[in-house]
Amino acid sequence: MLGFVVRRLLSSLIVLLLASFVVFAVFYLGPSNPARPVCEGAGGRCTPERLVAIEKQMGLDKPVLSAYGEFMGGIVKGREIDFGASAYDCTAPCLGVSYDTRNFVTDELKERIVPTILLAIGGSIVFLVVGVTTGILAASRRGSSTDRLLVSGSLLVSSIPYYLLCLIAWIFLTLQTNIFPATGYFPITENPLKTIGGLLLPSLVLGFATAPAYARYTRGQMVETLGDDFVRTASAKGLPRRRVLFRHALRAAIVPIVTIFGLDFGALLAGTIFTEAIFSIDGIGRWGLEALDSPLDLPVITATVLVGATFIVVSNLVVDIAYGFLDPRVRIG
Amino acid sequence: MTSTQTTSTTGTPDGAPYLEVTDLTVKFPTADGLVNAVSDLSYSVPLGRTLGIVGESGSGKSVSSMAVLGLHDARSARITGSIKVGGREVVGMDERDLRSLRGNTVSMIFQDALAALHPFYRVGQQLAEAYRVHHPSASKKEARARAIDMLDRVGIPSPKSRVDDFPHQFSGGMRQRVMIAMGLINDPALLIADEPTTALDVTVQAQILDLLQDLQREFNSAIIMITHDLGVIAEIADDVLVMYSGRAVEYGSTREILSHPEMPYTWGLLSSVPDVHSDTNARMIPIPGTPPSLLNPLPGCPFEPRCAHRDKVPGDLCSTTLPELRPGGRGAGHVKRCHLPDPDAIYEAEVLPEIAPDLAKEN
Ligand SMILES: Nc1ncnc2c1ncn2[C@@H]1O[C@H](COP(=O)(O)OP(=O)(O)OP(=O)(O)O)[C@@H](O)[C@H]1O
Ligand SMILES: [Mg+2]
Repeated sequence: MLGFVVRRLLSSLIVLLLASFVVFAVFYLGPSNPARPVCEGAGGRCTPERLVAIEKQMGLDKPVLSAYGEFMGGIVKGREIDFGASAYDCTAPCLGVSYDTRNFVTDELKERIVPTILLAIGGSIVFLVVGVTTGILAASRRGSSTDRLLVSGSLLVSSIPYYLLCLIAWIFLTLQTNIFPATGYFPITENPLKTIGGLLLPSLVLGFATAPAYARYTRGQMVETLGDDFVRTASAKGLPRRRVLFRHALRAAIVPIVTIFGLDFGALLAGTIFTEAIFSIDGIGRWGLEALDSPLDLPVITATVLVGATFIVVSNLVVDIAYGFLDPRVRIG
Repeated sequence: MTSTQTTSTTGTPDGAPYLEVTDLTVKFPTADGLVNAVSDLSYSVPLGRTLGIVGESGSGKSVSSMAVLGLHDARSARITGSIKVGGREVVGMDERDLRSLRGNTVSMIFQDALAALHPFYRVGQQLAEAYRVHHPSASKKEARARAIDMLDRVGIPSPKSRVDDFPHQFSGGMRQRVMIAMGLINDPALLIADEPTTALDVTVQAQILDLLQDLQREFNSAIIMITHDLGVIAEIADDVLVMYSGRAVEYGSTREILSHPEMPYTWGLLSSVPDVHSDTNARMIPIPGTPPSLLNPLPGCPFEPRCAHRDKVPGDLCSTTLPELRPGGRGAGHVKRCHLPDPDAIYEAEVLPEIAPDLAKEN
């Protein structure tokens, strides 16, 4: 088991390095020049000579590989960052300094990640409860009018484009009526209740938009296991229907659902761009989106990609380990 | 006690049969039409005796037996006729009463134990659950002790530690024993075994059959043994019901049916038994052709298209009229669904020499 985890961690690390390098290289070699705003903002005229000098100071003239190496090195041992006019002592784990805000990326990340995590948890609770319950209900009444209603209802919801759903919810439930007045992110350190209230609508929208996929998936898995021999055995034992449904059928159907959920949750932690953008939540997704505005905020882009990829890779690993616990047949060692 | 009573068939030595199935019909509405899985099936089993049900795949053995437990979904199966268990009518019984019957007075063991046991629960949990649902006052500890006791009784070595294993950790034969232990945990009066030995090798198969016979002697329960294999029937059954295309085509005591079969389909089954005990001259001949569709039953005998002896029946009787299940020339205890006027003579003259040359000479 331990060997398995170590091996998986190593391969995950390689994936992370590759993903972050590709993104770093694409933007580093791209047309946007981060030195220009520094040069222009420093007062006086931005002559080409000055621009080159600032580029040199910021280390933008280095080959991409060594620039990337420097960036990654900062994560491990911290580094000095020089913006010409001002220098920063960035301690490990250093993800650089934002070109835009001049804040340490690591500090900003710590703040930005909280709403994203809360939103991911809130949304997950909603879509797990709504989606999985709907799926079980539909499967247990397979072919009935309840089943058909649930299936077509979920199709209807999932056919609405997600950003439209966010917009509609925001316009009707926050702007025009006062059902969810204080929507957005309010720092959890100040008033946790207000934080929860502000994330309620975004969580509900995220949850309800994702629920149909879970409903359909759960229904499919349940219909399959309900036809399995061991479910027939459970009925033949004289167990109550509810016990057959939950203890026997759902117990088997839940394994693939947990797998999918683990991967989805990792992706949610990487940032929910539309939700955060429309509800003005300063999370990872919105941050990454803003960093793409010209001029590019390269340290922020690299950091968001790195964080997102880490979440996805880690959730993959967690899913694989969870599998061993959920299914005794694949238990390792 | 079993072998001495095999002279009568459907009648019982001690009063009413425990299980009595009368005119059972099971139909499944499907997108293609109505599947006539079981038609007009009648049989009975008294306590302490074993009925063997044989027939090819798809002949309705499982469907008819599952109806005894009321296991068919009321929305997808149309069931008519009567199934009386210990005098109580099962057809149309409400869920509550059915549940108290299932796994308790009537239990079923299924063919593929690996698929039929839950892969994620320890066998002890699965056995204890079967016990506790019908013994609500039993504690977890008592149920576990009972599970260990049952594992011991079906011959699983070191049951105290194996009770905590998962089904996939057992060998095929041991897993089937677990199934049997689960089926017997509440001392059922009727045990339905749906091909419990099909996937097992011959030695293990014999052990399992012995085990069932021992347990039957101990508890005096009635057993229905479903199988493709007439060898199993010869070993364990007192009576035999041969099914074809959802119907009974021959029914009687095992000795009768195996020594004087009167229906060409049964002859075919006999020819396809690989008999390890007899000499090598005996040939294994599978029945050519395939069973008819259950969707639109044709008039006439369902076996007619595959029957090698249909020319011996005058006129086109076989293709136009469904034969009734009637006694042939061997008394009321042996019934068959066939138009052949003198099946015994044909069997001895044509069929026996083919499948068992030794026996043919003796007769
Ligand atoms: N729920 C169902 N819906 C439609 N058809 C069904 C259903 N269940 C069984 N059948 C059909 O009923 C027929 C009889 O099936 P059954 O399982 O009783 O056969 P069997 O004699 O047990 O065969 P085997 O030896 O392969 O187990 C088959 O043709 C099967 O396809
Ligand atoms: Mg079957």
